[in-house]
Parts: sequence; C-alpha cells; structure tokens
Amino acid sequence: MRATRPRGMVEPMIDVNDLTKRYGRATAVDRLTFTVRPGKVTGFLGPNGAGKSTTLRLVLGLHSPTSGTATVDGRPFRDRPRGLRHVGALLDAADMHGGRSGYAHLRALAASNRIPRRRIAEVLAEVGLESAGRQRIGGYSLGMRQRLGIAAALLGDPPVLLFDEPLNGLDPEGVLWIRGLFRRLAAEGRTVFVSSHLMREMEHTADHLVVIGRGRLIADETLAEFASRGEGLQVAVDTADPATLTAVVDAAGGSAVPAPDGTLTVTGLTAARVGELAYEHRILLRELTTRSASLEAAFLAQTADAADYLTGERR
Amino acid sequence: MTTTADREIDAEPAARFTDLLAAESIKFVSLRSTRWGVLLSALVVIAMNANAAFSDYRNWPTYNPQIRASFVPDWAVSDAFSAGAAMVLILAAGTIGALAIVSDYASGLARTTFAAVPARSSVVLAKATVLAGVLLAFGVVVAGGSFVASQGILAGRGINVTLADPGVLRGVVASALLAPVCGLAGLAIGAVIRYTAGSIVTTVALLLLFPALLEDRRYLTAVILHAQPYGSWGALHGLDTQHLSPYPATTVGSWLGYGIWALASVVVAALVVRRRDL
Repeated sequence: MRATRPRGMVEPMIDVNDLTKRYGRATAVDRLTFTVRPGKVTGFLGPNGAGKSTTLRLVLGLHSPTSGTATVDGRPFRDRPRGLRHVGALLDAADMHGGRSGYAHLRALAASNRIPRRRIAEVLAEVGLESAGRQRIGGYSLGMRQRLGIAAALLGDPPVLLFDEPLNGLDPEGVLWIRGLFRRLAAEGRTVFVSSHLMREMEHTADHLVVIGRGRLIADETLAEFASRGEGLQVAVDTADPATLTAVVDAAGGSAVPAPDGTLTVTGLTAARVGELAYEHRILLRELTTRSASLEAAFLAQTADAADYLTGERR
Repeated sequence: MTTTADREIDAEPAARFTDLLAAESIKFVSLRSTRWGVLLSALVVIAMNANAAFSDYRNWPTYNPQIRASFVPDWAVSDAFSAGAAMVLILAAGTIGALAIVSDYASGLARTTFAAVPARSSVVLAKATVLAGVLLAFGVVVAGGSFVASQGILAGRGINVTLADPGVLRGVVASALLAPVCGLAGLAIGAVIRYTAGSIVTTVALLLLFPALLEDRRYLTAVILHAQPYGSWGALHGLDTQHLSPYPATTVGSWLGYGIWALASVVVAALVVRRRDL
C-alpha cells in the first residue's frame, strides 16, 4: 500500500484486528478490533486494568499477541528498522535510566535511528526542558519525566504518536500545554492516540473515542456520539421542599434522587414539566437546570455494564 | 515540528549496525556508575598485582634456595597477574556485563529502546560489541599495567620475566581477554534473568564460585574446571614448569574455552531477547 502512494501522502493508521492477548488464564485483551485514523486525537479510554497499556504494547510489538494483528500503516511495527520515525510513544514515564541526563537519554535514542543531533535541542525546547537537559533523570519530577518521554516520542518526527496516561504528574499548566500539543499534532495530520482512565481528561482533547473494558471494545465513536449514549437528559432542581417534590415527580412518572450538593436530580421529565408540577403544588424552586449527562457519567455507565457482564467469568 | 526536519529524516537510509553501536556506546559511557566501576576495578587489580610483586621483593632475602630456584619464571609470572586479581577482574567484568543489559530492563529503558529499534537482536549484538570493546581495552590496560608494575618491582632484585620469555606474552593476553569473555557471560546471564540482584548473584556463582569448588586433582573435575573462563585463564597464564598439575589443560583447548564462552554468551543474549514480552 505504501509503495503505491507518493511519499508524504501516506495515511498513517493504527489497525487493530481481532487482537487477543492472554497471560496464562488471564485475558488482558479480548478480540479487540478498531482503527485509529490520522488528523484527529483519539482517546483510548477504559478503567484501570482494562487492557489499554497491553494494547499499546501489542501495537508496538513489545508484547506478542496470542492471536490477531496490530499494524501501523499496514505493517506490523516490529518490521520497522527505525521505529522512532514511524511511531513515537510515551508508554511510562519511568521507562528511562535515572543515572543518565535527559540529553544523553535522547542522544542515544536519536543515534539508534540516525536522527540529526539538533533534533534533541529542538524537542527539549518543545517540551520546556532546555535548562534541565543536562541534569540526571534521577533528579526529575514525574512531570519532568513525562515531558522527557514526550520529547523522546517527538524525536523522530513520527506520523503516529501513542501516549499512555500522559497527564499523570503534570501540573495544570502542563495539562493545558499537552492538550494544545495533541491538538496541534493532530492538526498537522498525524495520528494521535492517547490513553486515559479519566473521561474528563479526554473531554477537552479527543475528537474520537475508543473505549474498552476488561479487554473488550465498548465503544468506537465520536465524542458527541458517546456522550449522547449516556443516561439522557437530567434536570437539576434546588428546592425548599425536596420530599414533596420527589413524591410529585414520582407520581408524574419521573424519578428524583438527591444529589450530593443537596439538590435533586430528576430524570424522565423535562425541566418545563418539573416547573409546571412545582407551580401546581406550590413548591418553591430556587434553581431549575437542564443538564445533559456528563461524559464521565456516560463512561462510567458503559464501562460498569461491561464489568457487570463479565463479573461471573473467570479471568 | 518543522517540515524540513520531516524531509531530512525521511530521506535517511535504512537502519545500520553502526547507528546501533553509536547508541549503545552513548548509553555505556553516559552512566557515571559504569565509568567509576571500570576505573576503580582497574586500579584495584593493578594494585593487587603490584602488591604481590612488592611482597616477594621484600621477602626475597628470607626465601629458601628451593623457592629461589623456581621463582623465575613461575612465581614471577604469577605476580604479573595473581589468582586473586583474576577473581576481582572476573567479578568486575561479569558485573559490568550483567548491568549493561539489566540496567535497561530494571529501569524500563528496554521498552523505550526496543520501541525505538524493534530489531532486538541487533540492539543486543551492538551492546555486546560495545561491551566487548570497552572490556578488551580495560583488560589490555589492566593486564599490561599489572605486568609493567609487577615486573618493574621484581627487576629491582633481578627476578623478573619479560614478554620475550616463553609463555609470558600468552599469559598477559589471556589476562587481558578474560575481561571481555566474562563481561559477555555476564551480559548473557543478565539477558536471561533480567533482574539486578539475581543476575549478579548468578554471575558470581557461575564465574567465581563454581570454578573455586572444582578440584584439579581428579580428571573429571579438572576437565570441567578447564572449561570455565577462570580455569582457561589459569592454564594459559600459569607456566607450571614444575608440572605440578596432574591433568594439565592444553593451550589450544583453553583458547577454545574462551572462544566458546564468548560466542555462546552472545548467541544466548541475542536470542533470548527476541520473543519476550516487556
């Protein structure tokens, strides 16, 4: 495929096809199939232990699949003589030796892929580590290690980038910076695949979501589609008489549950209908707001389903 | 992320072994602990041999005629590289070799390295080449330095040997080569075990403890001993002009022992990393 396309026109895609990985009896990745496309940020979501890291390692050829395939631009990544030029990856901020300087770490990586040495200074500047480059990695904070790992991923100017939980240990400024970086890398036409176990980290970053639970695919759709599959509309009501309103809402076919902040969360009725009912029963309302289900709630609901479904099975 | 960088990188040819050698060299020399380990163990080994020679220099007047008669060349040669110094050299080289790969695995750097260069065996071959090169230089400096220091001291009593004497040069070369052979063995053990403590304990047990337990008075154990790096070194380095050993090893067999250990170690290390999940 690559040969038939002119250089520079290659569409770098990650293709995971019927991928399964078992460790003894434990199934970490279970017949997973999805495609990650260029030009957008794809979030890779799932609870802890869902198989996200294993999937990324399978894509990189660090683990061998039990069955199925994972390819990058149509070829198994393991066939690439110079990996950094095809896929840049940050798997774990700990995957470096504390005894070396950040600069030496990048220099060895650059040399192995014959990447010009000036790229090292470029990527160090890109991640904001110019001044710390000569220090030993052992003295870095987790956030600095994340930045160095990102610098290593950018070193080969690759068309495909994988990041496993990249926001761990970053300060708020770092989180903003990294979101901007992901958006820019995607805008440059690269394939950006970012894993997280927190939906809210993806809410402002990802265009597309691949959601897995217990190694199985739960959703592969746009952020908007995923959010709309949540529990539907909710109405937040702050009232002086929650007991009466709850009874009235129940009688009208809806349901009201107390929220942690003392308000009621009503489902099954529109805000207008709740307002009418309150007026009819002379209940004082202080606030009446329509809320779409949050992405976090949609995520939890859907991954919880997967977990329940599999609870009885031997892992 | 400039487009010029993009084009420049794209235009590069396929992976070359020299690139991997450069990368592994950078990794080797950029660790402060490795640099100190190499330097300090070199000094310790040379100091041990110089001290052995100095003891003989000092005690010479007290030696009986029998010892004096056999001192040159047997004793003088053993001062050039004592058995104790050889053990320290084995310990140092084996540990440096094991750590050369275990430090990658233990820190997680192996994942980063193999994600950058998926051809794992090539990476390990490059690592073995760099390690063997560094330890060969180390061995030459240590064996050469020990020879010059010890024989310089013994020359004060006129009881030294020179490289022109039969078997002496062979001994110095054997001492120098002991370092890369044991370093590669350590590398293989590290590649198989992958954990720091286990790798070092196994390296010490296999390269030092095991040969120390073998008796050279019985044929079978003598043969097994001669097949170890330490035993091969002993046979190549010691002159035994008095024929004290009942089952002497052949010179060819001992060189072969070195070669087989080095080659087998490289093959094991290169193969064992191929299919492992990490």
